[in-house]
Amino acid sequence: MFRVTNEAIDLSELVSYVTDPEAGAIVPFIGTTRNNNEGRKVIALDYEAYPEMAEKELARIGEEAKKKWPICKMAIVHRLGAVQIGEASVIIVVSSAHRDAAFAASRFAIEEIKKTVPIWKKEVFEGGEVWIGTQSGQPLTALK
Amino acid sequence: MTVRVKFFAILRERTGASEVSKELSEGSTVADLWRELQKDYPKLAVPGIRLLYAVNQNYVGTDYCLREHDEVVFLPLVSGG
Repeated sequence: MFRVTNEAIDLSELVSYVTDPEAGAIVPFIGTTRNNNEGRKVIALDYEAYPEMAEKELARIGEEAKKKWPICKMAIVHRLGAVQIGEASVIIVVSSAHRDAAFAASRFAIEEIKKTVPIWKKEVFEGGEVWIGTQSGQPLTALK
Repeated sequence: MTVRVKFFAILRERTGASEVSKELSEGSTVADLWRELQKDYPKLAVPGIRLLYAVNQNYVGTDYCLREHDEVVFLPLVSGG
């Protein structure tokens, strides 16, 4: 299951999806909206995607993970639109026979998402808003 | 030939458009298209911006030769997660 959604992400739905009789481990990763970044007080993050390509890239990440590690199933759902502090912006759930594969695949997936999936976040902070343009959380353009 | 261009995030805000059609001469590349679009949208060239390029939802280089009805997207560095 690889998709983007405007709704809140349902962790239990993803856990059910990856549950497999062959699996001995299920690893969930939840990326959440933090209330601060680079000294700015963050109010919310607003995500925008090129949705068709984003879902295609998420599926590609899943396929690559399957080639690298013996995982059973993987689900990645990324939220779009305004995500309030503490809410999940992305959830990755992986199942595998033994835990090492699921942990490794989960870590791989979140790092790849931040590199190749066409999703952008606008940080809405106290005093302004800015598109974030790098993995390190730096603004894409100079702050006024 | 005509190609479709979609704008997202900062580029969508800068152009005020989500999707446009663009007439190009045969043999035009992604780089040619970017130059042409900057004439239509002077604010498109964000200072210091780094872009990736996608045609029909696959990443390509700037020398990629465009064809009729291609869907082209200029992608600012992604920041999901």
